[in-house]
Amino acid sequence: MLEIRDLHASIDGKEILKGINLTIKDGEVHALMGQNGAGKSTLSNIIVGHPAYEVTQGSIVFNGQDLLAMAPEERAHAGIFLSFQQPVEIPGVSMTNFMRAALNAKRKAQGLEPLNATDFLKMMRERRKIVELDNKLANRSVNEGFSGGEKKRNEIFQMAMLEPTFSILDETDSGLDVDALRIVAEGFNKLRTPQTSALVITHYQRLLDYLKPDIIHVLIGGQIVYTGGPEVATMIEESGFDQFIR
Amino acid sequence: MNNNKKNISSSKTDNSSPSGEVGRGVAAIQYIDLYRECRDMIAEHSASLLNAPREQALADFERLGFPTQKEERYKYTDVAAAFAPDYGLNLQHIDIPIDPYQVFRCDVPNLSTSLYFVVNDRFYDKALPKAMLPEGVLVMSLLEAAVKYPELIGKYYAKQARTHKDGINALNTMFCQDGLFIYVPKGVVVTRPIQIVNILRADVDLMVNRRVLIVVEEQAEACVLFCDHAIDDHQFLTTQISEVYIGENAHLELYELEETHVKNHRFANMYVDQQRSSSATIDSITLHNGLTRNRTDVTLSGEYAETNMYGCVIADKQQHVDNNTLIDHRVSNCQSNELYKYVLDDEAVGAFAGRVLVRENAQKTVSQETNANLCATDTARMYTQPMLEIYADDVKCSHGSTVGQLNEQALFYMRQRGIPEAEARMLLKFAFAGEVLDSIKMEPLRDRLHHLVEKRFRGELSKCEGCRLCK
Repeated sequence: MLEIRDLHASIDGKEILKGINLTIKDGEVHALMGQNGAGKSTLSNIIVGHPAYEVTQGSIVFNGQDLLAMAPEERAHAGIFLSFQQPVEIPGVSMTNFMRAALNAKRKAQGLEPLNATDFLKMMRERRKIVELDNKLANRSVNEGFSGGEKKRNEIFQMAMLEPTFSILDETDSGLDVDALRIVAEGFNKLRTPQTSALVITHYQRLLDYLKPDIIHVLIGGQIVYTGGPEVATMIEESGFDQFIR
Repeated sequence: MNNNKKNISSSKTDNSSPSGEVGRGVAAIQYIDLYRECRDMIAEHSASLLNAPREQALADFERLGFPTQKEERYKYTDVAAAFAPDYGLNLQHIDIPIDPYQVFRCDVPNLSTSLYFVVNDRFYDKALPKAMLPEGVLVMSLLEAAVKYPELIGKYYAKQARTHKDGINALNTMFCQDGLFIYVPKGVVVTRPIQIVNILRADVDLMVNRRVLIVVEEQAEACVLFCDHAIDDHQFLTTQISEVYIGENAHLELYELEETHVKNHRFANMYVDQQRSSSATIDSITLHNGLTRNRTDVTLSGEYAETNMYGCVIADKQQHVDNNTLIDHRVSNCQSNELYKYVLDDEAVGAFAGRVLVRENAQKTVSQETNANLCATDTARMYTQPMLEIYADDVKCSHGSTVGQLNEQALFYMRQRGIPEAEARMLLKFAFAGEVLDSIKMEPLRDRLHHLVEKRFRGELSKCEGCRLCK
């Protein structure tokens, strides 16, 4: 599904990623753990094509396509989704219009007709339930006046609407209470299929207890220094990141 | 019409004219000469009430000339340059061949209005809508009203729009021969909106000096929608002076929508006087234009009056939109609320100067003024100047303005969800302007404007909808 080779990247001339190699296969959930400033968010931003980051070396191939040559919206149409660490508020743009524009743009890219209003609203209703998102929120402007937890739930709701094949959860657990964390994680699990995969970025084991990743990577200083199974989360929880610093 | 119009160019070459003093500028002198040459003709095709203030207006205009950019209220628009070219004037009241019902199809579906047309400066009375107005309500030619209802016109005409300080008022008062009169007598509630479509129509470049007088007496209510269109591909220059009186406990909603073309120049001065416990909603929307300068002065003369003033400007290419407002709190316990939003693209220039004046005895005034602007390109320019002048000590007032670009984070967020960049930009601009459109109380008009603004941002509205040119 996703193959990252020798990826170097910088922002404002400062090198953040120093040769990342990462392969994620269909159906796999990988977790990426690491200290603040290690480059976790940089990696996720580069996968989705944030214009502030510059790739200086390396490649990312997504289902056979050269991802780095594609515009952010093209990557989205190809099936890539990012659950933002800090979802953006967009006053004046209703969730409904926003979702409709996003969904129909994707359908257009796939050669499909736009969804009619009835089917679209029905879909909104159904998918909302996955993360128990209130109808009132769906009628508001995008993320405006949403609590931290609601914003994160809204991210997973959008994921449910857009049905990506590869999702990145960038610290989706940050700022969530226990109940909200459970709702978000269970929502994500409901959306998993053998054809979808994900990269989960987190500091904590708590989220991973729900998501049960297949593989965990440790990112330090812009490089993946350790890769292992679910036990890595426990190692980090018990002894921190120092054990991985050579 | 060509043969009968008075063209300014005939007088422009006469540099030996006694009025040719230095200082007022060539642009002003040609109008002074033209007036002197044609004053009898102007008067002959108008009414004595409209003729009465002309000579004083001439004296004022001779003294003032066109406002220069050194004057505080005209800082952002070069008036003389706009008036300098040769325009024809239809001073002889020649009939313009037009059937507005043919060239204009109403742009606002589901909006049931009493529809009237003003062609250039003349009220079109050849085919009036079937009388849907309550008894006593008048929507008619100002010229005709000045003859038929001299007491009414004499009481209100040229009282607020004084000529001694504003060169454009003076020029308009010299030349205007007709226009529109709307009268809603005491206690009458006009439920159906009155829609006035101003059509600019000419076979040559044309100057129009139009006058509007609106009187809403005590406890009366009305809603008036003006739509400005220019249907011919010529240069147009319009001066429009409006005087609006809102009596005690009366309520007026006034919407002005400009949808003209890039060769149009609009200088519109509006004066509103509000009596005790009255309310006014004044919405000015510039959707497409050439050069526009709107001045709106509201005087709160009676206590407990409320003013809501909104403006929405969408400009691109080299369009120029300058809104200049004054809300004068003369008495206590009044409220005013002002919100103007601009979205500027390409090399468009926007200006907003809004002054809120709270006089010494205007205690308990509540006033809020906001101007927010979006410059979507590096080359678009916005000048903003919110002004708050308070001489009373027990008031609640605020003012502020912002100029910014599209939110890059929001833009990226939308693109990550698959919304193409151009569409995302459009949605953000639309969302920004939407706040002003939401203030429109008339629902079909609000819906229609949302639609028109969206089309405008999509670039599908390059001229104006509903006009012959665009069919």
